[in-house]
Amino acid sequence: MSTTLPPVDELIDRLAAQMRPHVAPDTVLVGIHTGGVWIAERLHALLGLTQPPASIDVSFHRDDHHLGNGLRAGGRPSHLPDTTEGAHLVVVDDVLQTGRTLRAALNEIFDYGRPARVELAVLVDRGGRELPVAATYCPLTLGLPDGQSLDLARDDAGRLSFSLGEKRGAP
Amino acid sequence: MTQANPQLNQHGELIHLLSIEGLSREILHGILDRAEPFTAVAEREVKKVPLLRGKSVFNLFFENSTRTRTTFEIAAKRLSADVINLNINTSSAAKGESLLDTVDNLAAMQADMFVVRHASSGAPYLIAQHLAATGRDHIHVVNAGDGRHSHPTQGLLDMYTIRHYKQDFTKLTVAVVGDILHSRVARSQLHALVTLGVPEIRLVGPQTLLPTAAAQMIPNAPLRVCHDMAEGLRGADVVMMLRLQNERMQGALLPSPQEYFKSYGLTPEKLALAKPDAIVMHPGPMNRGVEIDSAVADGRQAVILPQVTFGIAVRMAVMSMLAGVSQ
Repeated sequence: MSTTLPPVDELIDRLAAQMRPHVAPDTVLVGIHTGGVWIAERLHALLGLTQPPASIDVSFHRDDHHLGNGLRAGGRPSHLPDTTEGAHLVVVDDVLQTGRTLRAALNEIFDYGRPARVELAVLVDRGGRELPVAATYCPLTLGLPDGQSLDLARDDAGRLSFSLGEKRGAP
Repeated sequence: MTQANPQLNQHGELIHLLSIEGLSREILHGILDRAEPFTAVAEREVKKVPLLRGKSVFNLFFENSTRTRTTFEIAAKRLSADVINLNINTSSAAKGESLLDTVDNLAAMQADMFVVRHASSGAPYLIAQHLAATGRDHIHVVNAGDGRHSHPTQGLLDMYTIRHYKQDFTKLTVAVVGDILHSRVARSQLHALVTLGVPEIRLVGPQTLLPTAAAQMIPNAPLRVCHDMAEGLRGADVVMMLRLQNERMQGALLPSPQEYFKSYGLTPEKLALAKPDAIVMHPGPMNRGVEIDSAVADGRQAVILPQVTFGIAVRMAVMSMLAGVSQ
């Protein structure tokens, strides 16, 4: 199967354009480690927000912990603003697939307080949902088969790129 | 012949934590890495994460301990486990029930994890072996101190503390001061320090408590016995004090607490021989005026209270690792 993806920079520009009419200067972007944090940094600059971007690690709330792949070494603590009470948050991630990461992210966020509104921005919706989750902002929708992986990487110069491949352990 | 390490499954993952001896540098760093994000849990609005939700953790304390039991209890509760504390001194064991009968009964109550403290060295091993032999190896065992043998979570939280303040183990000089031979805390610390690559470890204490041959307690390790406190402390990066147990005073091993303090109590004057940025650690409970002077215990180089805080994160990491491993 050959899928060609647009450059990541272009996707980020399109995502920012979708978000621009709906964000205020005090909107807080919350990147999910690791890819979401990179994208949130870029969006933050493009959208000219005043609040620094926040970051979260969802390891504590993963639902596959008992399967032996819950906690990875070097997991980073979440960094959320002192108060998320009443805030407008936009959760940022690279790829939306099953929706389980977002479920975990929402649990993590609500451990810090009760935001007024939470939205979701992703670069790519690749299909394959297992939970009733939808992105608020998403510039590209694909229908990738289960066995295919789609990973965001960042090189030493800070350039972002997607790579398509076979999932490890896929049939 | 090599025997399989009872702490690890066939994939080399930790299923029980019984002692630091036999764990690789990679596993030790893995535990410390995993502990790091847990330090932030206490600062949240909701001081709980759901990794052990629905699991039952039994604290089996056949020997008294308030602090260790409490920190295990807090760690398990912050992981959302249900915690059952059994003070066995005052219950079934006092009525004559054997250790393994107690374990069988609690396993029949659907325990998921035992945290065990016992006055006999090897009791947690015995429990882990018994669970494996009876097909119940989904139940995990954490050693919370057995006899003179091991106190692995204390050793790990001490390593977490050292790494937090000093980063690189391979450049450090560490002095361990006190009743090292009788101390399970010291034994765990020494195995961890050696495994993590500390190039110079000094064992400091009086001849009566610390024969020169103590340097051989871990073969081929960079251990050096110092009967002179000044020699032991000079240029050290880390000073790890041990609690002097009162019973040692009765066995003619030591003249008096005052005499011990004069030679081996850590005072500001003695600490000045160590590096200016040396840290001072103590596993608690402290005997002020016996092994440590109040001016040091409350001084700027002491990291004794951070040790307690880090201990909760380290125990959370250990328990969530064990619970998260597939058999």
